[in-house]
Amino acid sequence: MIQIDRVDQVFRARDGAGVVALRDVSLRVEANSFVCVVGPSGCGKSTLLRLIAGLIPCTRGSISVSGQRVDGPREEVGFVFQKPTLLPWASVLDNVLMPLKLMGRPTEGPRGRAMELLAMAGLAGFEQKLPGELSGGMQQRVAICRALIHDPPILLMDEPFGALDALTREEMSLELLRIWTERRKTIVFVTHSISEAVLLADQVVVMSARPGRIDRVIDVKVPRPRNFDQQGDPEFQRVSHTVRELIYANRKAAADAP
Amino acid sequence: MRPDDDRGEPELPPGPSAAKRALRAAMPWLAVLGLFVLWEVAVRAFRIPDYLLPAPLEIWSQTYALKAMVGMHTLATLETILYGFVMAAAISLPLAVLVTASPAIASAVYPLLVIVHSIPKVALAPVLVVALGANELPRIAITFLVCFFPLVISIAAGLLAVPAEYIEMCRACRASRLRELWRVRLPYAVPFIFSGLKVAITLAVVGAVVGEFVASEKGLGYLIQSSTAFFKTPLAFGAIVILAIIGIALFQAVVAIERAFFPWAVSDDRFRE
Ligand SMILES: Nc1ncnc2c1ncn2[C@@H]1O[C@H](COP(=O)(O)OP(=O)(O)O)[C@@H](O)[C@H]1O
Ligand SMILES: [Mg+2]
Repeated sequence: MIQIDRVDQVFRARDGAGVVALRDVSLRVEANSFVCVVGPSGCGKSTLLRLIAGLIPCTRGSISVSGQRVDGPREEVGFVFQKPTLLPWASVLDNVLMPLKLMGRPTEGPRGRAMELLAMAGLAGFEQKLPGELSGGMQQRVAICRALIHDPPILLMDEPFGALDALTREEMSLELLRIWTERRKTIVFVTHSISEAVLLADQVVVMSARPGRIDRVIDVKVPRPRNFDQQGDPEFQRVSHTVRELIYANRKAAADAP
Repeated sequence: MRPDDDRGEPELPPGPSAAKRALRAAMPWLAVLGLFVLWEVAVRAFRIPDYLLPAPLEIWSQTYALKAMVGMHTLATLETILYGFVMAAAISLPLAVLVTASPAIASAVYPLLVIVHSIPKVALAPVLVVALGANELPRIAITFLVCFFPLVISIAAGLLAVPAEYIEMCRACRASRLRELWRVRLPYAVPFIFSGLKVAITLAVVGAVVGEFVASEKGLGYLIQSSTAFFKTPLAFGAIVILAIIGIALFQAVVAIERAFFPWAVSDDRFRE
């Protein structure tokens, strides 16, 4: 479970002025639930994830993960960045094992697990390839395997499919759902695709910008297992519509403001 | 049945033929040979005296006649180059790591480096002879000083060029500074290190000759000076040619090491994105 309690985040911009990235953000993410965060770019989605991951300390308020206050990076968290950020000199297998190497844990035992993860992601036979020899979608799948290697109960994903084409994206979303169904985790997933958010999430968190805050949290009651055929379902459409309305209303408000 | 089921694997398109490839490989050599032929012909046709511009064959015969002596000088120069270069590499790597470890250290060390680098090494040479004695040390020190600055700069640039996401990944895994350096920063910096090494090895040749000009009774730099003093210009030219060959060979050796041990760093794919 992730508990975010009245968090403010202020950055110092280059010119020394303060940039309020997040303002009074509170959110509770239940254990093993799938939460998607949507919002206009610059509303602080990445900042929110980095706060939860303990990569940056929050200016005010507090964040706790599994009941413990976050004051630095924690091993029970896996992070998937927007870019695959694979190390170009290491093989696919070594890239998947990289978190363990960086943590200073043994990698001989988990090799089998890494191979399994890769096979599950449809990458069997690519273990010894270099990342440069893989397509963008395959690289991102390796990055997801890497985040899963130490089996973290919490997975934070920052627009992980943002750089992929639409077809690969849909395929990857379904794959992620399958992985999550097989092995439940708490997932916080940032995206700018509304249909992706509704397809994946138990709850969609809609954020608005300047200052970044949480606008509303919407429950998605579309039955699982999910697939893209459900896009026609009334519930799917209702949620998509609400999310879209909220985002556009915020945009309009921002544009009207002086 | 799909229409292409019985067509089998497509064949690779044929590469350039063996003869073409051989010609392409021989091209640089042919060009150099052509230049020498032109040179020889021009010197003979215009009757240019030896002490102004000797012809290639004359250079060869005079240098070859003294091969034992020339060989000794060549070895001395090679030694100076390699000692200076290896020292520069060995010192610049930890120094670059130190400089990039924290902004405070960087702002303390950088100005010192720049000051040392701004001093003309030729001006420093006589002082070094007084300080280090009349042996090979001042020559090695000059070689070192000439080539280590660009090396530090390029290694430091490589260590700092690591994209922020890689560093965040290390932090998310709670990697220690040492592991971050070893697993991510250093490998990432390898192409930068090698471009620094390529510059440094070329400069090392220059540094060694400068050192020998000022303070030596050995080495190709000394040979050039002493033979021109006696108008034995062909011998001086012979020494220059040997220096050029040493420069090319050492540069290619660095390239070969990079290809052999860091093949992923040679292709530029990773910088395209
Ligand atoms: N390290 C930083 N330094 C200064 N400003 C930052 C930093 N990180 C983010 N910001 C600012 O905070 C705001 C939110 O950024 P971000 O969380 O990346 O938004 P999003 O991911 O929703 O697009 C932006 O205005 C951005 O400029
Ligand atoms: Mg972002």
